[in-house]
Amino acid sequence: MLEVSLTHRFEGIALDIGFQAPAGLTVLFGRSGSGKTTIVNAVAGLLRPDAGRIVVDDRVLLDSARGIHLPPHRRQLGYIFQEGRLFPHLTVRQNLKFGAWFSARTPPRAEFDRVVGMLGIGPLLDRRPGALSGGEKQRVAIGRALLSAPRLILADEPLAALDAPRKAEILPYFERLRDEAAVPILYVSHSASEVARLATTVVALETGQVIRQGPAAEVLGDPSVLPAGAREAGAVLSARIAAQHEDGLTELDAGGHPLFLPRIAGDTGTPVRLRIAAHDVILSRERPVGLSSLNILPGTVAELRAGEGPGAMVALDTPAGRVLARITRRSASALELAPGQSCHAIVKSVAVAPDDIGGR
Amino acid sequence: MSNLLANWLGPEEWRAVALSLQVSFWAVAASLPPGLFIAYALARWRFPGKQLLNGLVHLPLILPPVVTGYILLLGLNPNAPLGRALAEIGIVFAFSWTGAALAAAVMAFPLMVRAIRLAIEAVDPKLEQAAATLGAAPVWVFLTVTLPMVLPGIVAGAILAFAKAMGEFGATITFVSNIPGQTRTIPSAIYAFLQVPGGENAAMKLVLVSVTVAMAALLLSEWVGRRVAARVGGRDA
Repeated sequence: MLEVSLTHRFEGIALDIGFQAPAGLTVLFGRSGSGKTTIVNAVAGLLRPDAGRIVVDDRVLLDSARGIHLPPHRRQLGYIFQEGRLFPHLTVRQNLKFGAWFSARTPPRAEFDRVVGMLGIGPLLDRRPGALSGGEKQRVAIGRALLSAPRLILADEPLAALDAPRKAEILPYFERLRDEAAVPILYVSHSASEVARLATTVVALETGQVIRQGPAAEVLGDPSVLPAGAREAGAVLSARIAAQHEDGLTELDAGGHPLFLPRIAGDTGTPVRLRIAAHDVILSRERPVGLSSLNILPGTVAELRAGEGPGAMVALDTPAGRVLARITRRSASALELAPGQSCHAIVKSVAVAPDDIGGR
Repeated sequence: MSNLLANWLGPEEWRAVALSLQVSFWAVAASLPPGLFIAYALARWRFPGKQLLNGLVHLPLILPPVVTGYILLLGLNPNAPLGRALAEIGIVFAFSWTGAALAAAVMAFPLMVRAIRLAIEAVDPKLEQAAATLGAAPVWVFLTVTLPMVLPGIVAGAILAFAKAMGEFGATITFVSNIPGQTRTIPSAIYAFLQVPGGENAAMKLVLVSVTVAMAALLLSEWVGRRVAARVGGRDA
């Protein structure tokens, strides 16, 4: 468990935040300038905030009231930077072992082999960072942070510098990290899809303030927290694989309601995480008939929010969880939508990621 | 090889060559640690008097060498307070080879500091931060990250300083005179040979030695620099 409370003034922003990050992956989420990186750097000790208190599992890293400010090298963390920051004069192997040179507890050889295997960087060990691709560099950077025996892992937009295929290459490693690492992970992002896929807990920030914090599905169901506004809005649902059908479809069980998707690998009962983008949802007052769409969720309108311009965001409570729909204001008034109104959500497409429901 | 060289050169010329190498080596070796320290301070720290220190370091580059030599003589002659204090603990510069080394070191210092400072400024402090988050205390950050990455600059600075020390004449002859075997380095010897009739032959030999040593230093620095830069640049060597 990581506990952070900070106040810090910089570049015209007054940062004043407090949050808790339990085990699993906590995303600091907000647009640039909201203070995300400042918070991570304060946790790392690279920046000394005006005032604050940072505690990891009863270990005080910072307590300005008591004059405690541990330097970065005594904080026992693994920091994965946006640009990798591998040491160019060292080989990949030496980069990976760098943390162990200074750690009281040298990770056993088996641990080194396990991390190298998990990240698939065995063939790179004797090369130098200058010759690696962006995705390879970032995998080595993850390994380097893990092998310093950290009590807390920090990641500052580790995928932001990568193109889409490289992102897709790295994301699964963070999923495994989230599910396998015993230490909390604090992860900075401004990408809603990244958050939807990775987050256990979300701390949403806006101009130096925490505007929402809590479990991922709960926070992401609130359209007001999304930095890019309606364009990126989407709901996160948990589901399990219910059956594999012969026509190539997989049936999911989302809160007792079936959803049909193109084949997802996995055994019956495997938990998955779904992200339904708000612009992929159509609303209908009546249960539609004669429609090609397989996935229609009944629900009631929980919240209706008119944004700037012609758009409106509708939050719908369904058996599967809260679903967001982005429609026009004109449609909203034509359908006479209002909180409490029953409605059907027609889902055009769903993104799927493996989930770690086990107890979290 | 050295026998051959000694026979070709004659004892007096050979002494000048050996002395020059000795003086230049010690000038570089002794000024490298303070040079590194001052380069680091100028590149990374903010402190009052930074511009003054920067000016002082660069002064020998701009002053006439004779003036630099005379200032050293004024400050360090056995009758001056500083010179006397040093003499009491056994350090004598005036009219000895150590004085020649000091004069060469002072004259070469700006070149060395400049090269190292540029190299330090080129090191991304973000890499040093990364090392700190991995548990490296500041001294270890310097030894394992900063220093190896600055190595090309140190090598370049040292070789440049060595070449400058080999050629130093004005400050040396003013500070420690031109005593055969003590302070007569190659440039002083060439100057002395040219003052006497029939000395042109010996002077010419020393000119050849000078050119050879300078070329060798240049080639060596290129070679070492390329190797180290490839290593530090993160390419597979």
